[in-house]
Amino acid sequence: MNTFEKLRRKRSRSYTLASLPLVIFTIVFVLGPMVYMVILSFLTRAESWGVVAEFTFDNYADILEPVYLESAVQSLKLAFTTTIIVCAVGYPFGYFMAKLPEARRRLCVMLVMVPFWTSSLIRLYGWMIILRANGPLDSALMALGITDAPLKLLYTYPAVLAGMVYALLPFMILSVYSSVEKMDWSLVEAARDLGAGAVRAFLTVTLKLTLPGLMTGIILTFVPSMGLFFIADILGGNKVVLIGTVIQEQLMKVHNWPFAAALSVILMAMTSAMIILYRKVTGSKELEGAI
Amino acid sequence: MKRRFRASSVYLLAVLALMYLPIVVVIVYSFNSSDLSSVWGGFTLDWYRELFRDRAMGEALRNTLVLGVLSSLSAAIIGTLGAVGLPRSRIVGKGAVEYIAMLPMMTPEIILGMVSLAFFSLLALPFGMLTLFLSHTAFCIPYVYMQVKARLIGLDPSLTEAARDLGAGESRAFFDITLPLIMPAISSGMLLAFAMSIDDVVISVFMTGASVNTLPIKIYTMLKTGVTPKINALCTLMFAATILVVVAVSLAGRRKTKR
Repeated sequence: MNTFEKLRRKRSRSYTLASLPLVIFTIVFVLGPMVYMVILSFLTRAESWGVVAEFTFDNYADILEPVYLESAVQSLKLAFTTTIIVCAVGYPFGYFMAKLPEARRRLCVMLVMVPFWTSSLIRLYGWMIILRANGPLDSALMALGITDAPLKLLYTYPAVLAGMVYALLPFMILSVYSSVEKMDWSLVEAARDLGAGAVRAFLTVTLKLTLPGLMTGIILTFVPSMGLFFIADILGGNKVVLIGTVIQEQLMKVHNWPFAAALSVILMAMTSAMIILYRKVTGSKELEGAI
Repeated sequence: MKRRFRASSVYLLAVLALMYLPIVVVIVYSFNSSDLSSVWGGFTLDWYRELFRDRAMGEALRNTLVLGVLSSLSAAIIGTLGAVGLPRSRIVGKGAVEYIAMLPMMTPEIILGMVSLAFFSLLALPFGMLTLFLSHTAFCIPYVYMQVKARLIGLDPSLTEAARDLGAGESRAFFDITLPLIMPAISSGMLLAFAMSIDDVVISVFMTGASVNTLPIKIYTMLKTGVTPKINALCTLMFAATILVVVAVSLAGRRKTKR
């Protein structure tokens, strides 16, 4: 008994040793900066450069100014709209993909993976060309007689929305796919045998069983969409101002770091709320099927 | 039944077509001799020639690759050791450590960029490859950790127990049994981390100093300020490289499952 206990202790010591790099790195380079961000958000901005160690709530009060409030609202609106569209397009896609026969399914997964691995900037640039005034889209629509003047979609809100949906769709597809793929279809059959219609069986069985995948997809869409300022930057010009854009501007141009920190804390709180909601809904701690 | 299947195929094809549309457009325009993207002026390879002459571009590419390899490699080491060790260690608050280590995957990138910028300037670190490397490693670790952890949970514990019963020491059992079994998870996590690193814009924007450029940053600035058709050629080459990697990986995966 005693030797067994000793052995166990020795074993856990080597495991402790193995996990030390992760623990140290995490504390120094993840926890440290996060804590510093929270502290920074309560400090006062110095006259010209840097910060003064003077406690204040002003940075948070400043967020309530209409300009910044509007950017927060616009970010939330864009994130929600993006997530809803991504769900509506991505869920059926992942579902149908999982039901394809083996060979075609492999091919389909690969076809989804290629854009996913392709640099997001390349894909954004493609949209820039397509949406540009008098670009391919405008010419095609005008040639078909659908519109008679160029739409000039580049540098508008719909362009940003399209870019967001496009960039985040693969995450949803792959999460839903992995959830549907490992689903036990006999449960659906059982529901059908017991008299449930196709729709009812889908809603009560399939949807419930694939909820973790769907929720993972929602998280993987919603969280990044709050911060992808460069999509709004490139496709929206300066017309769509997101909270991410404001943070970047405050950091790099205005050099008001405490204010940028306060904005980040708020943004972090909003995304954490989403993740807590996820855990409540699915009852799980891990993101299912996260790639 | 058969008709419904066909309708779903049409849907899949339509979405896939939309996914590839912008990429196809970029490729087509990379051979366009007119430098106005709205006009087709005939086939040319000039943009590729001009691209290869651009030395700054070559340096940005080298930086990107070096950064991707270094940060995904160190993430693989730190993440794997952590995923194996942490759950069985006697560290106080290991649940909290795990949660914080996974945070970079669950926070918007801009926050990571912001906090790293503030923190590294507090430490007075010079901005450049070092800060890029540290921040990239931080957001690469979760990808490896999650993959390895999931794989370890699915592992049959009797395998290592058998090895230990047969007299293998702690490290011998790890290197001979556990490591080969979790290798696929390590490599797929690392590949994912590498892809994230070489494609990162948001965090890198804050981490690059005045002197260092990565390819995504360079493209980003070009897209914002002024585009030359050279960028079409660059994007086409990057896309070709991506396809090669994806095909190679999926072929390797298929051979493994067949065996």
